[in-house]
Amino acid sequence: MTDASIPKSAPKTSIHEIDARTKKRNAAETRFKAYGIAAIAAGLMILAVLLVTIIGNGRGAFTQTFVTLDVELLESKLDKKGNRNLDDIKKVSTFGYAPLMKEAFTKKIEEIGLETSLKSKKMAGILSKSAAADLRNFVIADVEQIGKTVEFTFLANSRVDGYLKGRVTRESIANDKNISVEQLDFVDALLEAGVIEKRFNIDFIIGADASDQRPEAAGIGVAMAGSFFMMMVVLALALPIGVAASIYLEEFAPKNWITDVIEVNISNLAAVPSIVFGILGLAVFINYMHLPQSAPLVGGLVLTLMTLPTIIISTRASLKAVPPSIRDAALGLGASKMQSVFHHVLPLAAPGILTGTIIGLAQALGETAPLLLIGMIGFIASNAPSGITEGLLSPNSAMPAQIYEWAKRADPAFYERAWGGIIILLVFLITMNTIAVILRRRFERRW
Amino acid sequence: MPVLWLVLIILAVSTVGFFLGRARALSSAGGDSRNLHSLPSYYGTNVAFSVLVPSLLVVALWSLFQPTLIGNAVESLIPQETIAEGASLDLVMSDVRRVADGLGVAIKQGVISAEQVANDRIDLTDLRSRLGEVGVALGAEIQPAVLTAANAYRAKTATGNLIMTSIVLLLVVTGFALSYGKTDKDYRARNVVEKGILVLLMASASIAILTTIGIVLSMVFETKNFFGLHSWTDFFFGSTWAPNFRGDSELSILPLLWGTLYISLVALIVAVPVGLFAAIYLAEYASRSVRSFAKPLLEILAGIPTIVYGLFALITFGPFLLKIFGDGGALGVDWMSDARAVATAGIVMGVMLIPFVSSLSDDIINSVPQSMRDGSYGLGATKSETIKQVVLPAALPGIVGAILLAASRAIGETMIVVMGAGAIARLSVNPLDALTTITTRIVSQLTGDGDFSSPETLVAFALGLSLFVLTLGLNILALYIVRKYREQYE
Repeated sequence: MTDASIPKSAPKTSIHEIDARTKKRNAAETRFKAYGIAAIAAGLMILAVLLVTIIGNGRGAFTQTFVTLDVELLESKLDKKGNRNLDDIKKVSTFGYAPLMKEAFTKKIEEIGLETSLKSKKMAGILSKSAAADLRNFVIADVEQIGKTVEFTFLANSRVDGYLKGRVTRESIANDKNISVEQLDFVDALLEAGVIEKRFNIDFIIGADASDQRPEAAGIGVAMAGSFFMMMVVLALALPIGVAASIYLEEFAPKNWITDVIEVNISNLAAVPSIVFGILGLAVFINYMHLPQSAPLVGGLVLTLMTLPTIIISTRASLKAVPPSIRDAALGLGASKMQSVFHHVLPLAAPGILTGTIIGLAQALGETAPLLLIGMIGFIASNAPSGITEGLLSPNSAMPAQIYEWAKRADPAFYERAWGGIIILLVFLITMNTIAVILRRRFERRW
Repeated sequence: MPVLWLVLIILAVSTVGFFLGRARALSSAGGDSRNLHSLPSYYGTNVAFSVLVPSLLVVALWSLFQPTLIGNAVESLIPQETIAEGASLDLVMSDVRRVADGLGVAIKQGVISAEQVANDRIDLTDLRSRLGEVGVALGAEIQPAVLTAANAYRAKTATGNLIMTSIVLLLVVTGFALSYGKTDKDYRARNVVEKGILVLLMASASIAILTTIGIVLSMVFETKNFFGLHSWTDFFFGSTWAPNFRGDSELSILPLLWGTLYISLVALIVAVPVGLFAAIYLAEYASRSVRSFAKPLLEILAGIPTIVYGLFALITFGPFLLKIFGDGGALGVDWMSDARAVATAGIVMGVMLIPFVSSLSDDIINSVPQSMRDGSYGLGATKSETIKQVVLPAALPGIVGAILLAASRAIGETMIVVMGAGAIARLSVNPLDALTTITTRIVSQLTGDGDFSSPETLVAFALGLSLFVLTLGLNILALYIVRKYREQYE
């Protein structure tokens, strides 16, 4: 600072002369602060971009294009003997149903007075490849419908669906064998007539994955069941083992090198890459113990080992937060050490333990890499498991593994499914984390 | 007897034991619990534990080791010539197990009668389709030796299960009789039960150790097998990664290590400045309200599963980069040929690490004592000068530790690189080229139908072990630095 000299120009707000060096220092100060603001802004902006991308791309998976037609279930095609024998009806393959759908289209365009040069086979081409199979399942489920005309809602082909959602345009299908410009014109006309409509698609949330020819029929429901069973295994094993381990380390362990080794070990396990746990699961649970591959039980065991350190670390923190006076009071009234821990310390630490467990579960729910190694990818389960044993032991996928599987497939229609799956996954994670935060806010005591 | 039934029996006996023990203790004290040494429920718990713990332990250990032991015993039944070209004993043994399971299912459903199996009188040509009917699919026709082995396997498993059931039931009865007999008003039930609980707690704590041992052993054994088949000099010092499932592969870790480190470096270049500045701002400048709003939002980035980042890299960010640097892109240069590249995976991974770096550094900056800042302000330094010249140097060891932890995260990250980094193993320095990493190769070598006797599959274990050692080393170093730094100011 220079000596305060006589001000050359009045009036001044400060008696200090701001010299060049001070200005420079102040500018540096402002710059430094701006870097910090920029860093925060960058982080928040990336978060916003991520969320916008996820919602923008995934929204489409929750709606689907359907075509409603009046199908005449001709007895002459489906049940030639006319005796409604289920075995005979089952002999009619999906090829037998294709003409019915063509016929339904021909009738529909007559009804709405539409002129088109398309052949009826091309018209039926706007339906999903599973349309005939859906119709066949409908007939097999209720053979009495044969001979009647029923209103049936078919899934539209993923190209048609993409056209309605703006993913497919007339330009982009130039080299596409699956759909032609004429068919899109036909779709436009049907859309006007109200035959085709886009509406909420519950099958995406509760359905099973479909083969890579039929993105329109793929759903994440079965993978969700797989994730659910894995989380049950994790909860049933990681919570009791984690809490028991933390109680021992925090309350009973003598201060010696064995305890030190265990502690260092746990903090290191928390930082071991998740794929290493996958290798462990593959080598020990599948190759050595011969547990079934792709089973949620194995996935749950691997995720348990992965989640244990997280749960142990948070449980120890909440045990540590219970003040010693509580223990002393219990001991003073004649409780044993074990009683003081189980009757007084543990209940007081329970909210913290629960919070840590939920956060650990949320982490496990989003984990993918170890599941790839134990075979929880691929087009496996087509039906939701019917019981607990089947849910644990029969091959299944998990939500993140299913998303990865979709992302790998060539048809861009699956990308929409992948983003949609991510929305569902994030909804679960956000719910779990919110519950954890609420628990912490409501029950956590400051001593 | 199925294991489930056995477990249910054990549980039932121990529940009954609880009430019986409790009642006996009370009656020995003349119905007045004040005459007892311990609370009545401790006597009950003592009986329940004596029934439950040893028998469940035996069930668990037996089920764990029986398949392996029987497998080893049955292996000798398979003559060398049965093993087809390109197959291995392991594959044949898994067939044996499948056939054995299938026979069990078939007998249960009545497709094949038990006598037929026992007398080795099954039509081999027919067996495969019959097993297929009950849901056991087999890749090839069943050879006679496999069937013999499967029969032996079944027989031995049945014997094993019988022995286990008898031992367990014996343990249940003995446990019950001993503990029930000891129950008396002067018996120190609480001390015994508490000692038992303590042992259980210790066992739980040692699972962490067991996991580590499991990780190390599972990888060390397979790695040893790998180095038996493939030269270790090529693995560590070769320069090419070219797995070839017909044999004669070149499997060197160096190109993969290069890809891993390069992508991690890009990630750190993104994450460290942003994370560090965010931490400085949050710790030193931000008002309470900004902090309580910005910090949780930033931490959301850490809670997003890596599959989301992977998908973002693959579908959104990679094509975006390609539009800028690719052929016919915004810059008019053709530097990038594929959406998957070092930059794609590295930058997205950097985003994932921002909250990791920022929250660790935030804690560390906050733990620098206020007196040091006050001293600096007192000497006339501005806030930024104080941070740059006093706070950061004091926090440096901790920040280095945080960066090392972030690096270890980046090296072990799998999904982002699997989806965003490509699959080409080479030593390229262009960040717009596709490279591959250790984790990516582990996934690709171990998914699909791997044969666990070929070096191309086993190399994944050697890679896993290298990854484990690398990340473990970084973690230990980082934790050591952080801990040492913390002690400095405590």
